[in-house]
Amino acid sequence: MTSSAVRASVSMSLGVAAAVSLYGISFGALAVASGLDFWQTQVLSLFMFSGGSQFAVIGLAATGAPGLSIITAAGLLGVRNGLYAVRMSSVVGPGLWKRLIAGHWTIDESTSVAIAQTEPRAQRIGFWLTGAAIFVGWNAMTAAGAILGNALGDPRTWGLDAAAAAAFLGLLWPRIQSRQPAAVAAVAAVITVLTVPTAPAGLPVLIAAASGIIMALLAERRHP
Amino acid sequence: MTLWMTILIASAVVLGTKLLGYLVPASVAAHPRIQRISDVLTVALLASLVVTQTVATGSVIVVDARVAALVFGAALLRIRAPFIVVVLAAAAVAAALRAMGWAA
Repeated sequence: MTSSAVRASVSMSLGVAAAVSLYGISFGALAVASGLDFWQTQVLSLFMFSGGSQFAVIGLAATGAPGLSIITAAGLLGVRNGLYAVRMSSVVGPGLWKRLIAGHWTIDESTSVAIAQTEPRAQRIGFWLTGAAIFVGWNAMTAAGAILGNALGDPRTWGLDAAAAAAFLGLLWPRIQSRQPAAVAAVAAVITVLTVPTAPAGLPVLIAAASGIIMALLAERRHP
Repeated sequence: MTLWMTILIASAVVLGTKLLGYLVPASVAAHPRIQRISDVLTVALLASLVVTQTVATGSVIVVDARVAALVFGAALLRIRAPFIVVVLAAAAVAAALRAMGWAA
């Protein structure tokens, strides 16, 4: 166990946390532009605390999707966190309170930083430091963004609607660097374009999700 | 359902999923099929959300400044620009196109 491994973990944690927290400003501003008030925006960052799901809530709320569709889309986007939790279970170790807080802070970034470390102590530090720093930074910047967003007026004038689209693309980008996921993304995109004019608000995203699962199962049958 | 109820239930579902992961035996959730379905689900949902945010206005497909902004954002992602830069640049492109009256 070397101190250089720990130092590397600390520096990665803080770097990732700084970048993600900054991005919280755009979440806050976009949330109020989508029609949420300050506290509704803040509650999402405090309790949901998962960027993809939070953006899904505000994006779908802006289109007038019904509550059930919003909950389903946010919940499905959150499924991966549950799998990260399984992965992090041995890193976190026993203890009810510790595991409850760890659960809350189990997100893309804390898991990725932990997995990137090779030594157990560096993994623990990476997980907890990234989770804690992002929780504080993301919430502070969400509040700043919500206040700023309220002061900006019409979100379209500032291109905030385009910023939301780019935010989803930024979340998607690292996941489509190989052919199969890129194909899944393309099919989901086409299905969405076709279903937006015909299906009720909120449903196109769920139809795309269902098509993704079907594609995964089909691919598995061909390459077991 | 009110927006508050939607927000609270959705938050409970997402948080609950995370906590559940610490209860499930690793052998179940670490199954390769579960991992693959989760990856594909995430990709499909995000791709669909990119499309709705870029070309949908309610239930109508509209091509406007958002499309140009997204293309610019994709170009920045290709050259590995940081997340926050991509988001801000996309906003700037859409805002500029609208200010100059070149796109709706």
